[in-house]
Amino acid sequence: MGMKPKEKMIVKGKRLDGRKPDEIREIEMKVGVIPNANGSAQVRFGRTVAIAAVYGPRPLFPKHRQESDTAIIQCRYNMAPFSVEERIRPGPSRREVEISKVTRLALEPALFLEEYPETVVDVYIEIIQADGSTRVTGINAASLALADAGVPMRDLVVALSGGKIDGTTIIDLCGKEDNYSVADIPLAFLPRKGEITLLQMDGQLTPDEMKTIIKNVIKAGKKVYEKQKEALRKKYQE
Amino acid sequence: MMTEIRKIVLPGEVLGDLKENKPSYGTFEENGKIISKFLGIPKESRGYMSVIPLSGVYVPKRQDKVIGFITDVEKFGWIVDINSPWQAFLSLSEAVDEFIDFKKTDISRFYDVGDIIYAQVVDKKRGDIQLSMKNPMARKLRDGVTVKITPSKVPRLIGKEGSMINTIKEKTKTIIRVGQNGVVWLSGEKVEKAIKAIKMIDEKSHIIGLTDEITKLLSD
Amino acid sequence: MRQEYVLKLLEADERVDGRKLDEFRNIKIETDIIERAEGSARVKIGKTDVIVGIKMDLAEPFPDIPDEGMLKTGAEFSPIASPDFTSGPPGEDATELARIVDRGIRESECIDLEKLCLKSGEKVWCVFVDVHMINHDGNLIDTSALAAVAALMKTKIPELKGDEIIRDKLKKKLPIKHTPITITVGKVLGKFLIDPIREEEEVLDSKLTVAVMEDGKICAMQKSGNQGLSDEETIKMIDLAIKKSKEIRKLL
Repeated sequence: MGMKPKEKMIVKGKRLDGRKPDEIREIEMKVGVIPNANGSAQVRFGRTVAIAAVYGPRPLFPKHRQESDTAIIQCRYNMAPFSVEERIRPGPSRREVEISKVTRLALEPALFLEEYPETVVDVYIEIIQADGSTRVTGINAASLALADAGVPMRDLVVALSGGKIDGTTIIDLCGKEDNYSVADIPLAFLPRKGEITLLQMDGQLTPDEMKTIIKNVIKAGKKVYEKQKEALRKKYQE
Repeated sequence: MMTEIRKIVLPGEVLGDLKENKPSYGTFEENGKIISKFLGIPKESRGYMSVIPLSGVYVPKRQDKVIGFITDVEKFGWIVDINSPWQAFLSLSEAVDEFIDFKKTDISRFYDVGDIIYAQVVDKKRGDIQLSMKNPMARKLRDGVTVKITPSKVPRLIGKEGSMINTIKEKTKTIIRVGQNGVVWLSGEKVEKAIKAIKMIDEKSHIIGLTDEITKLLSD
Repeated sequence: MRQEYVLKLLEADERVDGRKLDEFRNIKIETDIIERAEGSARVKIGKTDVIVGIKMDLAEPFPDIPDEGMLKTGAEFSPIASPDFTSGPPGEDATELARIVDRGIRESECIDLEKLCLKSGEKVWCVFVDVHMINHDGNLIDTSALAAVAALMKTKIPELKGDEIIRDKLKKKLPIKHTPITITVGKVLGKFLIDPIREEEEVLDSKLTVAVMEDGKICAMQKSGNQGLSDEETIKMIDLAIKKSKEIRKLL
């Protein structure tokens, strides 16, 4: 994060992979990829691939964890050992534990959990290939999986990352950009009301720079929203 | 072959205005608008806007007739799996008419673990579901095989005044009981064909012309 | 209930999906699906879906085999794959599966480990085979083993600059000497079953997993299940496994 890059990251308005600053990588979304799950989806942003599965609402044990007037949502973000350059040992790292938590909080406001008291909605996200912006890719996959599972939602959850490199605001950071960006901002929001449910940042930015990036991410997020809607409809078109 | 499908709406999609319609099942209101909660099929009827979800678990309602599996025998009744996030309970008093001295009787002689029952939901308080066998339709379902479908598709399986399910029964010569909870029980010789038809309805309920496809499948 | 139905069909030599007792479901093999891994494969047998990723790293060899590269196999029964899988460290089933897949690769000498030695006693390549379940509908072992071999056959060794691994540049193919095919045969009602789906696995009395090399030699075996097998049955199951392995081998 914030390392000094050896080369310029933006040359003649083009990023390392040829993208414009506000351009998102190639997106592929498919709903219903895991027959055993209540709902599932596989989402790809460039070379970052996430698979999400939703199991539930289902019974929650032990009983003392049940909430009498609502379902609870549990979330597990996990990276496959082969998903990154240097193989990661299986087992939750502190990073994965934190991401699991913020993912849960990104999804929770979108769900009508009160309709399923004493139950649990389990959301599992597996990153099978990582090239930057894995948590937002996971959230997009989870949003589709929840809709696919028939969990009642206020809105879909759209997620995208933003940052700043060579003085320019960029959208959808790939792995390399993640390392060299002056700031990395993963963001998730409910598109209809523009309500932000995930916002993290690391790096150094002035408040104005921050506001600009947030605005740009939400604007670019519309494209991700369209892709989510397309993927959901596609499942039911032969 | 382009198959025509019914209109599908998505969670968060604006369906209409409170001035024209009232929100019903599967929708909620926000700022004067009616919004869909589900990925499903919208229905406008008599001033009410609703959405039938294309997936989702079974949420019991009072009076629902369900097919359940006895999973535990307790002192005063049975625990029943009704294909739902909540367990159901069938109390002794709702299951048996005669007087039972539970201190002397092993009630598993009435219903035992593994038995399949066709029962009715009589009470629902939060996560507490009470069943009853008092309805004349209620009975133990012996032998046969069970199949699960998406609960919201049960009306489609039954059809208008039972037209769809009766067609399947006749053409495959099977006895079929459909639970609102998405569990279907079948018994007969040509059970496999009936199961195929049922699974097709579960997968293609959103396709217009499904009835014809089913008729074709059953006639082969 | 459901188990009775499955058994009733099996009594008449029929199966829930209409297959013959010794028939495999539809098999789909995709390789190189994870660009950043040194090798990868995704195999679907029916609805069972498994991804295997291969990563390579430098390591110190075992002191008693200083001239050989290393192989490490792991498996994760990810909770996305089944309502019965929970998050947490691998349980006995995941551990057993990883070790069975490992044995098939190791004992067949699938990888020419000697060619992975860079400096005797000091520096060798270690091949990490990681199995990740995506959907569990039975026969995870055969699916995982097939995906592992398919991935290894396409694995490329990264370029080395001194001690620095340059993963963007994948040079030579991993030296493969043999290709083991792993087939599990199940036994129920005195009959032998190939490629059971999950519901069928629940009614099996016992299973015998056999890893077969291309010349018909057996390189690994594992019996599981809590019922015994007679020696006649065992031999019949081995023969059936070898027969089916030839079919599966054609897919690679």
